[in-house]
Amino acid sequence: MRLKSLVPVIYILFLMLPIYWLVAMSFKTTNEILSGFTLFPQTWTFANYIDIFTDPTWYWGYINSIIYVTINSVISITVALPAAYAFSRYSFVGDKHLFFWLLTNRMAPAAVFALPFFQLYSAVGLFDTHLAVALAHCLFNVPLAVWILEGFMSGVPKELDETAYVDGYSFPRFFMTIFLPAIKSGVGVAAFFCFMFSWVEMLLSKTLTAVEAKPIAAVMTRTASSAGYELGLLAAAGTLTIIPGAIVIYFVRNYIAKGFALGRV
Amino acid sequence: MKTQNQRAWFFVTPVLLLVAFNALIPMMTVVNYSVQETFGDNLFFWQGLDWFEQVLRSERFHNALGRQFLFTFLILIIEVPLGVAIALSMPKKGFWVPFCLVTMALPMLIPWNVVGAMWNIFTLPDIGLLGYFLNHTLGISYDMTQNPIAAWVTIIVMDVWHWTSLVVLLAYAGLVSIPNAYYQAAEIDGASRWAVFRFIQLPKMKTVLTIAVLLRFMDSFNIYTEPFVLTGGGPGNSTTLLSIDLVKIALGQFDLGPAAAMSLIYFAITLFASWLFYTLMTMNDNKS
Repeated sequence: MRLKSLVPVIYILFLMLPIYWLVAMSFKTTNEILSGFTLFPQTWTFANYIDIFTDPTWYWGYINSIIYVTINSVISITVALPAAYAFSRYSFVGDKHLFFWLLTNRMAPAAVFALPFFQLYSAVGLFDTHLAVALAHCLFNVPLAVWILEGFMSGVPKELDETAYVDGYSFPRFFMTIFLPAIKSGVGVAAFFCFMFSWVEMLLSKTLTAVEAKPIAAVMTRTASSAGYELGLLAAAGTLTIIPGAIVIYFVRNYIAKGFALGRV
Repeated sequence: MKTQNQRAWFFVTPVLLLVAFNALIPMMTVVNYSVQETFGDNLFFWQGLDWFEQVLRSERFHNALGRQFLFTFLILIIEVPLGVAIALSMPKKGFWVPFCLVTMALPMLIPWNVVGAMWNIFTLPDIGLLGYFLNHTLGISYDMTQNPIAAWVTIIVMDVWHWTSLVVLLAYAGLVSIPNAYYQAAEIDGASRWAVFRFIQLPKMKTVLTIAVLLRFMDSFNIYTEPFVLTGGGPGNSTTLLSIDLVKIALGQFDLGPAAAMSLIYFAITLFASWLFYTLMTMNDNKS
């Protein structure tokens, strides 16, 4: 029994080691990093963080990322709600084919779409806007949201709908005041996964932006390649990208297992 | 029983339009490129299926595809059993459950290029924690920018670090849904630990595990950013996986025709494997 409880402990230690190293690096001075191996920062410095918070290119990277991730989550959930309702409640011509086709877009390698996306969004004049990235991420987030929400909606008995109609509720009123509150944890889980996949995606968001909507991920690669070895700065920027995810996951921790339990990821 | 209702199409129209805009137009662009030759200036010449033939015959594509299959295979045989083992040893309830879930899910929420950069910093031979430990404490010569085997081990360990938690969370969710009565019945029957796993836990986890395998297959087969940031496909071409090679051809060399043909072949392979999984999954649904 003792041995068994050691397994998760070892696993979590393994997960935390690289993260610890990133955080430790971000508090070291460049001199200390280059002069050799130290397990803990010898002289703590906040210079790397101050650099990031005083340079608009850096902090706008964060703001840009948060803006398009938010737009994406809102769009994905808004269009996925009615569609998921249709899939969970009605059968119609081509429903299974449509559902599978939606899922295939979750399977498309982003590398395949990078160049055509660049051309498409340049052609419609959206290149280098937050909306372009938000819309592009809908490619994999909308099918995902439909899939998750359909799972939660199918868990709500159909009698709820029928009773509401008998009571004289119109469809929009029923949907907003009765149905939506009944699946609110599903909406939370779906929004969490939309946030997650839009936040971590990098190839499309980098391809679709240049200056105005450049995500933090792209700012980091630029620094790494042009300024040579600014490891401390890179580590500080990396550490800061972990924080939004950590905050979001803390809030949905109880729903996560439920979302996974429905097998709708 | 679902109601037959064709007006449901109105409900799915927004999704259809949005995804079609993102999927069909770019896909048509790719198809266009794959059958034409261009010398710039928007001049295109019909090329037929030459690009497909060229890609399918090229040694470079075979090698990249081989490396991709090897990578995905290793990922699946390591992450799935490991994830199940960790899920089995996690506490069922109590204070530690949310702690475990949050810390385990953390790697999945880190942007993919940060994952690559983090592992780069972690494995630097002289100043990285792992690199220093291997080189100076254990005395094993380790430098993933020089040694292809070290590079392979590093990208595999990185992916295990990044995604095993997905299998853990899915398997764990399957496990907690098993009613206690099942275990009590097994105890009365005097079932061994293995029998409990084989006849109670494994069947109950079957659906979620299928999904775990499916997701891990798709994502590891399409992987790009993390190995690209960590190794850049090197040393040499030893870690040039399919997506990395594709981006090199498309955006590096700007060989649009072969890149487009390769994209379609790549997508077809992913799609076929996913269809296979999807069919197996729905087959299970029908039986139960």
